[in-house]
Order: sequence, then structure tokens, then C-alpha cells
Amino acid sequence: MDIDCLKGLKSLACKIRIGVLESVYGAKSGHPGGSLSIADLLAYLYLKELRANPKNPEDPNRDRFVLSKGHAAPALYSVLAHMGFFQLENLKSLRKMGAFLQGHPNMNSTPGVDMSTGSLGQGVSAACGMALGAKLDGSGVRVYCVLGDGEIEEGQVWEALMFASHYNLDNLCLFVDNNQLQIDGWVQEVAGLSKIPEKFEAFGFNVMQIDGHDFEQIEHAVNLAKSQKGRPSAIVMKTIKGKGVSYMENNVSWHGAAPNEEQFKLAKAELDSILAELEG
Amino acid sequence: MSKILKKATRESFGEALAEIARFNEKIVVLDSDLAAATKTKIFKEAFADRFFNCGISECNMIGVGAGLATMGKIPFVASFAMFSAGRGFEQIRNSVAYPNLNVKIAGSHAGISVGEDGATHQCCEDIALMRSIPNMVVLNPCDHYEMKAAVKSAADHKGPVYIRLGRLAVETINDQETYKFEMGKGVTLKDGKDITIIATGLPVRAALLTSKLLENDKISARVINIHTIKPLDREIILKAAAETSQIFTVEEHSIIGGLGEAVCSVVCEKFPKRVQRIGINDRFGQSGSAHDLLAHYKLDSKGIYETIKNKLG
Repeated sequence: MDIDCLKGLKSLACKIRIGVLESVYGAKSGHPGGSLSIADLLAYLYLKELRANPKNPEDPNRDRFVLSKGHAAPALYSVLAHMGFFQLENLKSLRKMGAFLQGHPNMNSTPGVDMSTGSLGQGVSAACGMALGAKLDGSGVRVYCVLGDGEIEEGQVWEALMFASHYNLDNLCLFVDNNQLQIDGWVQEVAGLSKIPEKFEAFGFNVMQIDGHDFEQIEHAVNLAKSQKGRPSAIVMKTIKGKGVSYMENNVSWHGAAPNEEQFKLAKAELDSILAELEG
Repeated sequence: MSKILKKATRESFGEALAEIARFNEKIVVLDSDLAAATKTKIFKEAFADRFFNCGISECNMIGVGAGLATMGKIPFVASFAMFSAGRGFEQIRNSVAYPNLNVKIAGSHAGISVGEDGATHQCCEDIALMRSIPNMVVLNPCDHYEMKAAVKSAADHKGPVYIRLGRLAVETINDQETYKFEMGKGVTLKDGKDITIIATGLPVRAALLTSKLLENDKISARVINIHTIKPLDREIILKAAAETSQIFTVEEHSIIGGLGEAVCSVVCEKFPKRVQRIGINDRFGQSGSAHDLLAHYKLDSKGIYETIKNKLG
């Protein structure tokens, strides 16, 4: 990956994070922690990977993206706005009455959202259906889906994995945002969830483990997933919840809380200075 | 074609799928290890490449159906009513109905007439669950010809549809040549001026027989078949409320949340009249033969007749 490409990705990821902060601050509610942890992945997917056209968001031949951990909607809305699916200005309307940016993604109200999600464990099944549909059509459409690590405590996820593997959905690539925190605390303490890569492997997946904040690792893993024939891929990303905002990192209290004015200014200043450095 | 005299609506469902799929390549069918029972295997035998067994995982099956619908397919997903409408309720609500996706959900072995399997498999709450969800159409056909027409209508309708299927072979009441199915429209099977019996699904035939028994007592009973519980044909119900002295609803479903309460809502709001709900009285079923159970829960013509006579006093 060349320097300009890397710079572009870092810059978009930083802008996504600023959008997350601004929208959640404006809404006075929402989920910043798990939105910030997937900002780098979304920057990579939308800038480098997904065949999706903001001018034609309903194109049947577009690649699909399903945010199974739908509470990270602020990150999805932010990347969609930056890619031109709608105006950046709209991010301020998040969670407000009448807004098309609902608290959790709504495919019928927001351009660029491919599946309505929010109830954990369900997006991944829909992603399987999309991948199967694409295979039936021989369309070459690829399906990407992001799961939270807390989310995979849902039994439905494992039903979906069995299905994806059984039907050889090699056009399906799952990401697990392994930030190790869920609302009630550390994933390991809340539910004893461990050995995530081994579990996916046991379900027949091509599994890769990466640092979810390292663009070169993301690129490498996504390319390997694309070259994989006959079985679906899962990329388990070690991430930091709240990544990019010093006081939010690895702090579970930012799972579902909005910053106050002072906190918002501090976070914004941190991200602005990173952006200024990248674009200076 | 010879007239079908008796057939389980699940079998009519499977046949209908195989028939309409010949003219509509978008139709795909998903089952969760009950293809032999829900009769989707009839489709599978005709279109193996468009049939997907999901294994015993109804929640995932419904989500896969949602995903397929976003790709332009028309998925029919099938299981027992207990497991599609029951276990999969939240998936149906959030992954299918909220995004208004074109998924058809079949609930087979509905009601107590499942028989010997007993209460765990006798779903008497599916209509209540499904009709409470926005965007959902709820169909409950009563015989072979109605089911075949309903499946075609469901496929033509854009949006989520729940179709209730029965295990027990039921006698045909509709005419093969003349029957026309219109989603959302009730059917007056027999006119009457004293009381009205509004029935849905399996006990429609019993309701017709009941009206014959009432004739001997000089009671003229109108019989209406409601195959579409949602959207409900308000007009036919209000007409009955205006023209007859009271309404009896009959369903192989809990009296809570089903056809009876749907009729009550319409009548209460627009033309208050006495409505007596006949169904499963807020209790669980049990093992037994379908016919013994229908008699025990007073959903055969004898039981319905007794209840009506009792209430009329």
C-alpha cells in the first residue's frame, strides 16, 4: 500500500470518527465506542473495496454491506455521508424525529444502507441470504458483514455460520469487531466468550486474525478472502473500543453514551489535530 | 381434472409452490428440516436447485429469507407455526416486516389438530403474533382450492405474508371451477338473517354444518369465511353486525388475539353488537387424535352448535 493511499484511508477514517462524534453529540444519545472501533474498516471497505455507487445506491449489481452490529450506525452513516450517499449536514439529524438517520439502520429510509439491522444476530443471516441470492444469479456480487464480539453470543449467529459454510458462500466475508467490550463489561467476563477464531474455523470458515486498525492488514485479509474458493471467510479484528478518542478508548462507559459539550470539544480537538497533520 | 374431496392444506401449499414456480423463477423455498411435513418437499422434488434446507434453525432461515428478498427473490420459508411464527417472531418483525421485505412465511401444523404431538407443537397463538406486526398480511385458507389460490396471491403480493397451514386432511368446501380468491375479502358461504358465524381456516366447514343444525331449530345463520385475517374485510363484518342479531366467531386458535378479537375491534368501533368468540379458551392443548381434540375443545360442528345454542339461551 503506497503512502498516498494510506494517507487517504487514515484521513477518511478520521473524518468518519469526527462524524460519529458530531452526530452522537447532536443526538445526545447513541453508541460511540463500537462505532469508533470499526471506523478504519469502514474507511477501507468504502474507499477501496465495495463496488457501490452513491449516484445509484440501488444498483442490483453493487456489493452489499450489512452492519449486523447495527448500533454502530453512526459510523455507517458517517462513511456513507463522506462517500456522497447523502449530505454531511444530515449527520446532525441522527436520532431526531422525522430524520432518515434512525437510531439503528433502516434500509428503506437511508440511501446506501443495504439491510435494516439493530436486533443483534440478525444481520448475519440476511447477509447469508444476500450471498446465496448473488450465487443463484451468478452476479459476482460480494457481501460484507460486520458483527460485534458481544453480538456473537446470540445463537442465531452460529446458525448462520453453519448455513454459510454448508452452502459454500465464498462470496461472503464476515468481520468480527473484537473490541472485547459489551454493555455490561468485558466480553470474557460477561459471557466467557473465548477462542473466537477457533470457533469460526470449527464452523468451516476461512479465518484470519488481524489488527483492525492496520490498513495493510485489512487489505491483505480482504484480498485473501476474495481469493478463497468454496468457503466463506471470517476476519477477526482485534480492535479498541472508542479508538481515536483518548478518554473513550477501552472504556465501556462509552458503549452507549453521548459526550457532553466539554467532552465533545476535547474529542473533536484530538481528531482535528490528527486530521490537520494528515492533510497538512 | 377430478375434484379434490379431501386434502390437508399443507399438501395443497406444497403443490401450489411447485405450480407457481414454473412461471416465476424468482420463487425460492426454504425449510428447516420439516420439508416432508410442511410438504415443501413437493417443491423440492420439482425444483431442487431452488430449495434450501436450513436445518433446524428457524431464526436463521427467516433472516436468510430476508436477505434473498433484498436480492429480488420471492422466498417462501416454512416450518411448523410454532417455530416459524413462534420462535421466529422477532426475526419476522425486525428482519422481514420492518424493512417490508417480500418474504412469505408458512406456519404449518397450526392449531390443536396437529394431534398426538401435543401442546408443545400445537400453536394457537400464531395469528395473534402475526397480525400484531405492521406490514404483515395474514392468510388462513380453509381448504385445498382456497390454499392454492392463496399461495398464488401471496406470491403476487409485494411484501410479507404469513400463511397458516394445517396438518389434518380437510374436506373441500369451495368449488374448483368457480372459486375466486381475493386477498382481504371475506366470503359469504351461506346467507342468513338471525345470527352470523364468522369462521376461519379448518373450522369453516364445521361452521357450515353448524348452520344446518341451527336450521332445524329455525335459526337462520349466515356463514362467513374469513381467509384473510389481516387486512380484515371490515365491510362484510359490519354488514353482518347490522343485519343479524349477534356474531359468533370460530377459529382453531386462542380466543386471545385471533379472528375473534379482530372482529370484536371492528364491531366495537363501528357498530356495537354482541360478539361471542369460539376458539381455544386461553389454555394449552394436549395429545390425542385431531378429531378427538376438536371435539374436546368444541370446535367440531356439534361443539360449535352447543356453544351457540347455550349463548342464545
